[in-house]
Amino acid sequence: MADTIFMALGTIAVLSALFCVFQRNALAAAIWLVLTMLALAGMFLILGAPFIAAIQVLVYTGAIMVLFIFVIMLLNLGDAASDIRGPGVKAIALVLAVGTGAYLLRLAGYDPARLAFELTGTTDLSPAAVFATAEVARQAAETQGVVGAVAGPLFSTYLVPFEVTSLLLLAAIIGAVVLAKRKI
Amino acid sequence: MLLGPALAISALLFSIGVLGVLIRRNAIVLFMCVELMLNAVNLTFVALSRFHGVGGQLMVFFVMAVAAAEAAVGLAIILAVFRHTTSVDLKTNTLLQG
Repeated sequence: MADTIFMALGTIAVLSALFCVFQRNALAAAIWLVLTMLALAGMFLILGAPFIAAIQVLVYTGAIMVLFIFVIMLLNLGDAASDIRGPGVKAIALVLAVGTGAYLLRLAGYDPARLAFELTGTTDLSPAAVFATAEVARQAAETQGVVGAVAGPLFSTYLVPFEVTSLLLLAAIIGAVVLAKRKI
Repeated sequence: MLLGPALAISALLFSIGVLGVLIRRNAIVLFMCVELMLNAVNLTFVALSRFHGVGGQLMVFFVMAVAAAEAAVGLAIILAVFRHTTSVDLKTNTLLQG
């Protein structure tokens, strides 16, 4: 059941991403991208990451895409002429994108057993033994709750990256204000 | 365990994003395609975090923070460019071509 829903959401995500890329109207492209991101949030939920799914809806579809739509409406980009590049560039782009896709699609053959084999180099260990940390994380989610299991490592093991992120956000705020202001 | 399908969908979304960045000239749509690629990588992180513990989910957290910062600064740059040339079409913004 979960697998069927996952594949349905994946199909929705890929199709609406294609619509987003080939949609002439920038606003319609943004709405298709919102649908892709919502489908991805559903997939995160099925993959056992409910906190990330909630953040995906809040931050990506709620904040970032609203910012995009806000700018599109501010600049009044409604019905522009087609902005898709000429046939020469299009052909090169198609070759590059299909090449990237074909190369990355080899990852589709991975399952837990193969992943465990490539990490350890032997088939002696079962996937459950190789991925013991995942079991620890699953138990932590049961005892501390979903948010607690994510917050624990965030404020201990990953504390330095977390603090650096706050510096990055400060720099982004100052940069956005400086760029958007007419006169400083 | 959905690992293969998740990685396949992630690969498809990433290559669609690459295609969009290469064929579109509208700077804002280009930006949205970059966000699409970031999302595709996030899906990989979440799919693999089922095996590696919670580290992958935290990496998604950081990717989202960086994406938010990038969108804010990038859209401010696009607004500044629009004020100069009254267009977001990359064809007309060739000042750096020399």
